[in-house]
Amino acid sequence: MNLQKTNPALYYTQRVLFYLLVLVIAVYLLFPFLWAVLTSFRRAGDLFLPPLQFITAPSTLSNYTQVFANASFQRGLLFSLLVAVASVLISLLLGSFAAYALGRFRFRGKAFILYIILAVSVFPQIAVLGGLFTLVQTTGLFNNPIALIFSYLIFTIPFTVWVLTSFVRDIPGELEEAALVDGASPLQTLFRVLFPVMMPALVTTGLLAFINAWNEYLFALTFTSSNRTVPVVIANYSGASQYDQPWGPIMAASIVVTVPLIILVLVFQRNIVSGLTAGAVKG
Amino acid sequence: MTTNATPTSAAPTRRRGIEAARARQAIWLLLPTLIALAIVAGYPLYRTIFYSLYDANLTSPDQRTFLGLGNFWFTTSDGVPLGFLQDPKWWTAVKNTLLFTVVSVFLETVFGMIIALVVNSAFRGRAFLRTAMLVPWAIPTVVSAQMWAYMYNDSFGLVGRGVLGGQALLANTDSAIWALIAVDVWKTTSFMALLILAGLQSLPGDMYEAADMDGASKWTQFWRLTLPLLRPALLVALVFRSLDALRVFDIMYVMLGPVNAAQTSMTGYARQALIDNQLLGLGSAVAVAIFLIIMVIVVIYVTAFRVKFD
Repeated sequence: MNLQKTNPALYYTQRVLFYLLVLVIAVYLLFPFLWAVLTSFRRAGDLFLPPLQFITAPSTLSNYTQVFANASFQRGLLFSLLVAVASVLISLLLGSFAAYALGRFRFRGKAFILYIILAVSVFPQIAVLGGLFTLVQTTGLFNNPIALIFSYLIFTIPFTVWVLTSFVRDIPGELEEAALVDGASPLQTLFRVLFPVMMPALVTTGLLAFINAWNEYLFALTFTSSNRTVPVVIANYSGASQYDQPWGPIMAASIVVTVPLIILVLVFQRNIVSGLTAGAVKG
Repeated sequence: MTTNATPTSAAPTRRRGIEAARARQAIWLLLPTLIALAIVAGYPLYRTIFYSLYDANLTSPDQRTFLGLGNFWFTTSDGVPLGFLQDPKWWTAVKNTLLFTVVSVFLETVFGMIIALVVNSAFRGRAFLRTAMLVPWAIPTVVSAQMWAYMYNDSFGLVGRGVLGGQALLANTDSAIWALIAVDVWKTTSFMALLILAGLQSLPGDMYEAADMDGASKWTQFWRLTLPLLRPALLVALVFRSLDALRVFDIMYVMLGPVNAAQTSMTGYARQALIDNQLLGLGSAVAVAIFLIIMVIVVIYVTAFRVKFD
């Protein structure tokens, strides 16, 4: 504020440079995505055009109609939704029991259990791929969404336990003590007293776990053949030959699966930041 | 926990009784999670370790012969090296994964720091930039891989055709690794920036006022105040990102295809052996090696930075 009077030239140079930096950051973060959005509205023949003509070329919805008419994409959306929602619900239920115990109870071996859960959350998925694959085969669950729902628990459970535990710790103890004095069992206390208070945390944690499950690729690629989830469908989206990639429809499909996530993330912006930092920074 | 206001002789034993009851209840609350983790993580990990000691095929895992550590290091009587540690492609994958991890995590930290510092200062349009920051992070990895594969494409892509004049950047593993690093940096810098921003916001503001009074420049303040205070948050973010980068798979596999992915990522190499080549024993051995590498890094991290759990 002093600089503005003592040395206006330096002050304004600094401001201009700062806003230039802001502009560079914004373009860097958003441009590739916006270019994909633009591509999704262009006709296949126009993809060869030089950038300026490409931007002004006529728009079309044909890529989107093509993608939505694609049977494997439709199935992919359905399976992704089913698998992600189911594994998140299971993890939230189990995770909140565990988080309640870890955040509110004192008992021997607690640190050990927290270490184990943390260890599982840094697990390389490849370390269980072979073991899970043989299990999936012997139980006849290959190509069955149930295999994915269960295998996704390997990363959704540790994540939900970890984040929920740090949320549970921040809940004032008086609430629970009042319930205990009234003779409520731990489960009653959890469902009647803590769940309502934990609602925002459950939504945040669930959303973050959902994003992880929705994005999962390695298990989905390995444990299914025709019941693909959306990331696998998008990765395999192919044209007439291996060298003829239908970029327009691929970008349209990509936008379709991304936009709901972006909307969710923007709506829950604040919660997500607190959820991520609870999950990561305290880890 | 509140304590009894009136100390009576019966109180301590009753409290101990309550504590014991709570401990038993805690076990019941934890049991479902522990069982689930044992089924989805513990038992499959045990099976992976088990098969890593056998010569077994994915299609018929029951017909197996014990090899000991032969999947790791084994030379036949005619001098053919069969262990994966003797395979130059494995070492190429290790080299590329390490390069990928070190360079991308370093760049993400630097860019993440810059973005977090910018977003943490007051200016018009800050809310917009904070929102924009979340976009690359929210995009599924496979989608960002396809987006960038398109950008790098030598006949359509803005980068491949425009900037590089039609070079097929992804065709060659040596140049592809740098292209992949760029994708990963773009995708995950936001995550780093978010974590650093959270750390920045917990720093006490009056300290900076004091530093201003003492006439310390912004540059000095950053190196002497911000960075040391940010160290714990930064280290945690660094390690989480490093572990993620070490087990990278999606972007390699989608952008390069299975064959080249096997030479650019350890996970890609393991999956090729395990699934594409159906070598359950060899693939499991590779998976065990990756598991050990990651666990060693975790242990170093936990002991070196003294992470505490209460």
